[in-house]
Amino acid sequence: MRHVAPAWWWVAAAVGATVLPWHMQQAGLGLGDLRAFAAADPDAASAAAQAVLHGRFWFWPVLAALAVGAVGSLPPGLARPRRGALLFAGGVLGLLAVAAQGFAVGIAGWTTPRLASLFGPLDDRQFGIGLGGCVAVLGFLFQATDGLALRGAFKGDRFTAGAVGLLAFSILVFTVWPMATILAEAFAGRGDLGPLAAFAERAADRKVWGMECVSSGRSCGVAWNSLALAIATATLATLLGLCFALIVTRTGFRAKRALRLLTVLPIITPPFVIGLGLILIFGRAGVVNQIVEAVTGSQLGRWIYGFQGVWLAQVFSFTPTAFLVLIGVVEGVSPTMEEAAHTLRASRLRTFLTVSLPLMRPGIANAWLVVFVESLADFGNPIVLGGSFGVLSTEIFFAVVGAQADFGRAAMLALVLLAFALAAFFLQRAVLGRRSYVAVAGKGDGGLATPLPRGIARAAFAVAIPWAILTIVVYAMALAGAFVKVWGRDWTPTLDHFRRAFDVTPTADGGFILSGLAWNSLGTTVTLAAIAAPVTAALGILASWILSRQRFAGRFALEFALMLTFAVPGTVIGVSYILTYNVPPLEITGTGVILVACFVFRNMPVGVRSGMAAMSQLDRSLDEASATLRASTTRTLARVILPLLKPAILTALVYSFVRAMTTVSAVIFLVSAQHEMATVFIINRVINGDYGVSIAYSAALIVLMVAAIGVIHLAVGRRRLGRRAAAPAPLVPAGGRV
Amino acid sequence: MTLQRRSGAEVRLEGIGKRYGAVTAVKPLDLVIEGGTLVTLLGPSGCGKTTLLRMIAGLELPSEGRIFIGGRDVSRLPAGERDVSLVFQSYALFPHMTVGENVAYGLVSSGMARRAAAERAAGALESVGLAGLGERLPSELSGGQQQRVAVARALVLEPAVLLFDEPLSNLDARLRRRMRDEIRELQQRLGVTVVYVTHDQSEALAVSDRIVVMRNAEIAQAGAPDDLYERPVDVFVAGFMGEANVLPARVAAIAGGEASVAIGPLELHLPYRGLAVGPASVAVRPEAVRIGPPGTGLAGMVARATYMGAVMEYTIDTALGAVFVVSGEVGRTHAAGESVGLTLAGRGVVLVRP
Ligand SMILES: Nc1ncnc2c1ncn2[C@@H]1O[C@H](COP(=O)(O)OP(=O)(O)OP(=O)(O)O)[C@@H](O)[C@H]1O
Ligand SMILES: [Mg+2]
Repeated sequence: MRHVAPAWWWVAAAVGATVLPWHMQQAGLGLGDLRAFAAADPDAASAAAQAVLHGRFWFWPVLAALAVGAVGSLPPGLARPRRGALLFAGGVLGLLAVAAQGFAVGIAGWTTPRLASLFGPLDDRQFGIGLGGCVAVLGFLFQATDGLALRGAFKGDRFTAGAVGLLAFSILVFTVWPMATILAEAFAGRGDLGPLAAFAERAADRKVWGMECVSSGRSCGVAWNSLALAIATATLATLLGLCFALIVTRTGFRAKRALRLLTVLPIITPPFVIGLGLILIFGRAGVVNQIVEAVTGSQLGRWIYGFQGVWLAQVFSFTPTAFLVLIGVVEGVSPTMEEAAHTLRASRLRTFLTVSLPLMRPGIANAWLVVFVESLADFGNPIVLGGSFGVLSTEIFFAVVGAQADFGRAAMLALVLLAFALAAFFLQRAVLGRRSYVAVAGKGDGGLATPLPRGIARAAFAVAIPWAILTIVVYAMALAGAFVKVWGRDWTPTLDHFRRAFDVTPTADGGFILSGLAWNSLGTTVTLAAIAAPVTAALGILASWILSRQRFAGRFALEFALMLTFAVPGTVIGVSYILTYNVPPLEITGTGVILVACFVFRNMPVGVRSGMAAMSQLDRSLDEASATLRASTTRTLARVILPLLKPAILTALVYSFVRAMTTVSAVIFLVSAQHEMATVFIINRVINGDYGVSIAYSAALIVLMVAAIGVIHLAVGRRRLGRRAAAPAPLVPAGGRV
Repeated sequence: MTLQRRSGAEVRLEGIGKRYGAVTAVKPLDLVIEGGTLVTLLGPSGCGKTTLLRMIAGLELPSEGRIFIGGRDVSRLPAGERDVSLVFQSYALFPHMTVGENVAYGLVSSGMARRAAAERAAGALESVGLAGLGERLPSELSGGQQQRVAVARALVLEPAVLLFDEPLSNLDARLRRRMRDEIRELQQRLGVTVVYVTHDQSEALAVSDRIVVMRNAEIAQAGAPDDLYERPVDVFVAGFMGEANVLPARVAAIAGGEASVAIGPLELHLPYRGLAVGPASVAVRPEAVRIGPPGTGLAGMVARATYMGAVMEYTIDTALGAVFVVSGEVGRTHAAGESVGLTLAGRGVVLVRP
């Protein structure tokens, strides 16, 4: 029988609390600073030292929790359940103690007057949690989950318990807490207004809910703008996507493969590229405007800036997403059903209208909702093309970066956006039932897909083909802009923009400096994306394994919380993160950590979905066989599950890398001078009208990401594993996110 | 090096039950499985056999009750720490590992050095008749060979208890027969305790020391194969253990552990099995019915006669209902429509609770 060694996590907690410096060190950490049990500066000392030597009494509960854990960890020969109970109690107490001290004492002493009146005045303060704190928290967390496992929870499996604990804890820290902060901020009192009054005032803002556009020519509130835009975009994009999907799956069209390539576009395209392309075509200096002016002498004006422009850009951006979702839907209609209808003497058209279309209806509704949410959350297109037409996501941004930096207003707007997104999310679940998440297994009962009725095929071609050509034109224009001096005025071909962005200057001593404007942000972006990708993939695969393989109380709640997390729009995440993490106890605003955390939690669905899809192809008895063959859970994962999941892991890795590079909505709030991201750099240039460098940079990004995608397709394609090979995961997860 | 004989451990279930929400998969039950014996769990689909087996394996935790293996309480131990091995219905061979790696997997998991594990694995493969196939992938083996790899993989750990969940249901009839004999032979050679789930009663009769018949999440009857076949406690068990004609009867009198029973015009003395005087049922095995000339015993008419090669099968209409008869007298057959008289042999007729 294997030995239980639950003491290690207690040791980790103890080291974190007694040896390592508890708080984050502004100057960074040297090796010597790690032995902080007797540092002279309280802020560089360990928790134990702060309590004993510097009178920071609020650390005593943490130490007390350690003592409880010690009783459970150290004596040998303690009965399993007893040991488990003590470890669990110690761990939970430790977590609570850390949270309590962190929230009670901030950079200005007690955080609320209540505490001051309770414990007396305090002329001390503390900064955010650092290395010691983090190690201690993880130690306590895993000590608690070990305790649960010892008491028989999770079938007695410590690894599963720990993994579930880690997931739940990270959801708590990186989703629940920020959302709670937003809520609190929306209720924060202002001036002499109490919480409710302040909330009511913010909620009733005419700029948000105003209906002036109905009666007069003035613009409506941004909430209505967002809704109207999202509905318009979703409807058109779904219609177009359906045409594409029908053509690809139900006609003999020659260029099917080329059409399918469209589905890759939204992944590799930074979200404002379409907007840029449209400006270069329809903007004041755009090609169309110039031609019209040259021919007729009349000015087309700025019509592209506003609702129409954003709508057009979003439809271009999201049609491929709808297309991708709908391919699965159309393919999911069993040909047998249609054949049955034929044998019952229904014509092709009648079959399509009475059998195929109704069977697709939930899928179509799902595609609509996916695009609806993407449009709501979209930030890149409205910021580039919106002009005076504001939507929630841009309005949130301006509330934060604007002159008055009104966080209460930003929080309120974020809540509205969140409410819309969650409503769509719940609708989606209702529409799809449990299938929303698990890949529908391809249990074909044979039969050939019926070709489309001729009239419908004609209509589909008439709509889809011009649109596909237009998309190509927009992309071509967007890229062409990188190669001319000044679009619209000076058409001289040039590589100047690339030079400005990616210049390399040789130095006298034979070395070189990366003197281009883009290098700094590109380096940061690639580095952070490369750090985030493995973490994202690991957590995502772990989550998918837990959700598809483990049964435990609260599994449903965990899955639900995870899915909910993915439904939160990027802008909301961005605002909530700066609100939450710019003060202790977790003060990571301005660091790379906050960006990595943001990437990880925004991109995890890729990992979860591809993992779940692959896992559903692996028979559960494989895990169980491994377990009965005395393999530990970690060994089962390492030797059986992960090797069989390789394609899914690869997919998750590269896509989280790529998406980390293209996202803009959340990170625009989180970047700092030190950590500038490529997309944010570009969007700032676009806002300033500096298109040349922006386009050159975007083009470089796209090439980089096409290369990355090419790499996985090569790698995944080569991986063929007998009959049980895991199916390649879908390229884009079918859930709203930008 | 091949596998050594050892004595298997006793498995004791005390009040073991499993609920999934509102569904009761196994009602609390007690069961003792003696060390070194082969016990089958037999029952119709959905009666809880797999659930019971998986609780012994440690793949499900019981909702209540305790499990002892070799006297040790393992109720809350994970699967890997119970000293049991399970052979899955689908075999669950790891598709990305060779046969040799599959068999060595459990040994390496338990901390054995890779080389030693590979040697042991080769030995185990030899003892299931697959010497030399260690380098193949599972997908390069036939179904029967895969099944034997699965057995070897479980056996090589020399577990105290070996569990099989319908191990033969993926094989064709002929191979199934051969494999069940091999499993039985191996079990007796190694002396390991085996719990074997099946819903095929002939398989159960062929391999078991004891059979546990389950119905609706509980044990209907447990006992030796001949016990269950010849002395089923009720109609369900009688019907499940093979063909049985259930006929209405009357217990006329009870004397000295014997009941005199009237079945239509027939009078029989049968072991009294806790029944009172009054109406009862008897289960009559098809081979316990003798067909005689009309006028003797219970009058009937042959409704159908089927030639089965080794035996004849008849369906005979009587006043008590249709009676199914299997007769070894292939030389002298009765044609459909012929009037006959039926009598009963003592063996193969039991009183059952209706
Ligand atoms: N995870 C589960 N959740 C809910 N009910 C379950 C679960 N697993 C099994 N059951 C139910 O428990 C009962 C017993 O299932 P079990 O798999 O043990 O049957 P079985 O006797 O092995 O049947 P079969 O011969 O078909 O394999 C069934 O009614 C089944 O529906
Ligand atoms: Mg079963």
